[in-house]
Amino acid sequence: MSTYMAKRERYQNRIELLQGTLDLLVLQTLQWGPQHGYGIAQAIQAGSSDVLQVDTGSLYPALHRLEKQKWISATWKLSANKQRTRVYRLTAAGRRQLASERSRWQTLVDAMAGILARPQESQS
Amino acid sequence: MKKRDAELRDELKSHLDMAIADRIARGESPEAAAAAARRQFGNLSQVEEATRDVWGRRWLDHLAQDVRYAIRTFRRNRAFALIAILSLTLGIGANTALFEVVDAVRLRSLPIADPGGLLEVRLASMDGARGAFQTAHESVTQPIWRELEARQQGFTLFAWSRATFNLAAGGEARPVDGLWVSGEFFNVLGLRPARGRLLSPEDDRTGCAPRAVLGYGFWQRNYGGDTSIVGRTINLRNRPIEIVGVVPPGFHGLEVGRTFDLALPLCAEAVLSLNGKGRSEAGTTWWLVTFGRVKPGWTLDRATAHLAAISPEIFRSTLPAGYPAISIEKYLAMKFIAEPGGQGLSQLREAYETPLWLLLGIAALVLVIACANLANLLLARATAREREISIRLGLGASRGRVIRQLLTESLLLVTIGTICAVFLAGAMGRWLVAALETSDRAITLPLIIDWRVLGFAVLLAVATCLLFGLAPAIRATRVSASSVLRVTTRGASAGRESVALRRGLVVVQIALSVALLFGSLLFTRTLRNVLSVDPGFRAEGLLVANIDSARMRLETDRLVAHQDLVAERVRSIPGVQGAATVAVVPISGNSGGNDVWPEANTSARFNTYVNFAGAGYFRMLGIPLIAGRDFDARDKPESVPVVIVNEAFAAKLGGTSAAVGQRITREQTPRNPAKTYEVVGVVKNSAYRALKDDPYPTMNYAGTQDQPYPDMQLMIRSSLPPTATTSAITAALANIDSRINVDYTIVPTMIGDTLVQERVLAALSAGFGALAAVLTMVGLYGLVAYSVTRRSTEIGVRMALGACAGDILRLILRETALLLAIGVGVGVGLAIAGGHTASSLLFRVRPYDPITLLASIALLAAVAFGASYLPARRATRIEPVVALRTD
Repeated sequence: MSTYMAKRERYQNRIELLQGTLDLLVLQTLQWGPQHGYGIAQAIQAGSSDVLQVDTGSLYPALHRLEKQKWISATWKLSANKQRTRVYRLTAAGRRQLASERSRWQTLVDAMAGILARPQESQS
Repeated sequence: MKKRDAELRDELKSHLDMAIADRIARGESPEAAAAAARRQFGNLSQVEEATRDVWGRRWLDHLAQDVRYAIRTFRRNRAFALIAILSLTLGIGANTALFEVVDAVRLRSLPIADPGGLLEVRLASMDGARGAFQTAHESVTQPIWRELEARQQGFTLFAWSRATFNLAAGGEARPVDGLWVSGEFFNVLGLRPARGRLLSPEDDRTGCAPRAVLGYGFWQRNYGGDTSIVGRTINLRNRPIEIVGVVPPGFHGLEVGRTFDLALPLCAEAVLSLNGKGRSEAGTTWWLVTFGRVKPGWTLDRATAHLAAISPEIFRSTLPAGYPAISIEKYLAMKFIAEPGGQGLSQLREAYETPLWLLLGIAALVLVIACANLANLLLARATAREREISIRLGLGASRGRVIRQLLTESLLLVTIGTICAVFLAGAMGRWLVAALETSDRAITLPLIIDWRVLGFAVLLAVATCLLFGLAPAIRATRVSASSVLRVTTRGASAGRESVALRRGLVVVQIALSVALLFGSLLFTRTLRNVLSVDPGFRAEGLLVANIDSARMRLETDRLVAHQDLVAERVRSIPGVQGAATVAVVPISGNSGGNDVWPEANTSARFNTYVNFAGAGYFRMLGIPLIAGRDFDARDKPESVPVVIVNEAFAAKLGGTSAAVGQRITREQTPRNPAKTYEVVGVVKNSAYRALKDDPYPTMNYAGTQDQPYPDMQLMIRSSLPPTATTSAITAALANIDSRINVDYTIVPTMIGDTLVQERVLAALSAGFGALAAVLTMVGLYGLVAYSVTRRSTEIGVRMALGACAGDILRLILRETALLLAIGVGVGVGLAIAGGHTASSLLFRVRPYDPITLLASIALLAAVAFGASYLPARRATRIEPVVALRTD
């Protein structure tokens, strides 16, 4: 029982990523160049000023899912400190996917902003 | 696969290494960095699993892995695996076997082209039909068939009837199953010949030269599948008949459960008959069954409406002369209807459909009991494996994953059980069909493992698996990972809930077992009741000889003399104690009936069975004459017509003594005008149509006053074994004339054959009942043994405090008593409901018979306490010190 409770508490301390948004973030991050999983996680964290914490349990399934969709491709490379790492890069299809995901995201953000910007009706 | 796993592990490791390196670079100590990075990373194996999930194919890996694991588990628990597989094999096998037979007699279509389009065109009701009925099913006379065929336009119709042909030229008969078929028979069914050609409308013309088509099995059996069969001849009634072809294998006619050896065109019936007319002209012999298909361009509705419209013309033009006045109106009002006929006819179906469904239901209940048992075993195992499971959950296995793995074990058991069951079902199905077979009715029932049977077995298996596997699996994984640390040597934390579930399962078992035991006792009592029915005569040593002298073509006077001689010769055979002619052999299932009334009083009309009895018939059978006289030499064709009636008949006339001397009028029949008889004697009631019938008025005409028929039915009592008697009779007849045909029926065997349903129901339900009791015993034993183990500390304390063995025994057995009480309570309700469903199959035992119910409860109570006693005894031998030390 205690384990479940611990889990629930941990979730409260960060913003959970919406379904599918992690894919968009990964694609966006890879736009700047090939990167390994750790690098992607760091970049997202840093880019969001530590608001977004990337759970490895979500990141790697996402990476492998995107690879399966052929939106990114992976190769083994030696990192700066001579370690073998798996490096992902955006494919042409991935670039197109990113563009369409971005516009969909923009639509969503605009729609949400429109609704949220409406003055709250007072309840009397 | 392996490589990919290793790469994923490398990838995640590199992630972790980089995270550690970063932290060290930020100034953390290596140890702190490693710990923090790991914490942030989360559960490594969970990340691995989640990622592998993305690859797809994963469930296959898991399945292979789970199956391997399950096999390893079973190897370690051979007894468990064996019991599980055995009970599943028996449970699923019995269900599949019964379903296979139900499928064959009830559900499967005939092996013909477009069975769905085949229709049976039959009379809506046979109310207006009078005369001789030669099928158990609705049928028509030859004149009606001819009119129907000529007038109706919406269908392509054919008529057929079953026949028995005798291949022997004389002596003991060699009967083969035959079919009379009208011209369109094979065309409408859309069959292709295996050899030569099949019969066509050209073969069925009045006065035809008879041609024959062979059944495939007959061709194989009698001719060794001779390829030059077409054009050869076969002798029937002394006429060579040309064989034109062989039907395809698998086609056994339109009657499910029967087959045929020879099919002849309808026209041959008249040609081959002694008088050259056969049944063709008789408007009162009901023997033809009609089937057909809707013609192209017609719809079923239109064709049926047309059929209804022409029905009156058909019956107006075929009304036989001299038809009983009372039935004319009903005859003219008869109507044809069309019904789906793609499954053919089946006496087997009509006779055994209800018992078969009932047995299937019983088998299903046994399977439920077996499932409850397995669930119980699995729950017990889950408790034993609690440690293992909580370790696996603690190491990061997801709950769904562990459930799936536990279910895989169940699935594997079910799969093995089902495969064994399908093989077992074949043997059990054949056994069941053989058990339903009687000496005069061979059953040809192809038991095919078709998609329906396989589908049924698989469905059953899946349901079974979920039924017994799911609850324990869910239950087993409801332990927290940390509980592993608390668990001691015993599964003390299994808790009350698990025990409650197991108790519930045992209650279900007890309830169903009570119902099943009750059912089997009802059927056993039914069989015993039927067997103990006094038929009113002694059946031992009786046999019937059907002696056909038609081929001698004797005139009436000479026929009478000839038959007297035959009877005399039979009587003089050593060992033969008596012989008398009879028209309807008692308990043969045949019957004849008419309305009668006292001559002076038409309003006192009542129905009676009729029979013809030769001189000495009652004496030979051992039916006592209680008033008046027996038939004797005075009763000649020209003297006063006399009858001997039974007590039930006499009761209608004011009692036994009042009956003798009264004059009785029998109604007009299609062949005879009304006639008055004098009652000369009264005999005790005896069974007529069937053993189970209640006494019914029966009137016996004097055999000597009947007109003689060329085929004589002689009932014989002999002290010799039947085979010795029959061969002596055959020899004696051959001595008289080689053209005499004879065949025999052994009366005790015939009576036994009428009880097939009772025997099969009693045997199968007793088998299932016993199986249910054994399974319940195993379930209860397991539960009590478990409870003793669980409570051993408590028992130890009690004993240390001075409880004696009797107290402990009572303590343990109290639980059994409680479960038994609840189970029996539910079970009695089920039993009464079940008995009600089966009431039509019972004989002289009420469907809620309290004594039977008490007996089944007592039987189960004995089983329950027997199962509990061993573990309870063990509890009394617990050493308090040992019990207390374990905690």
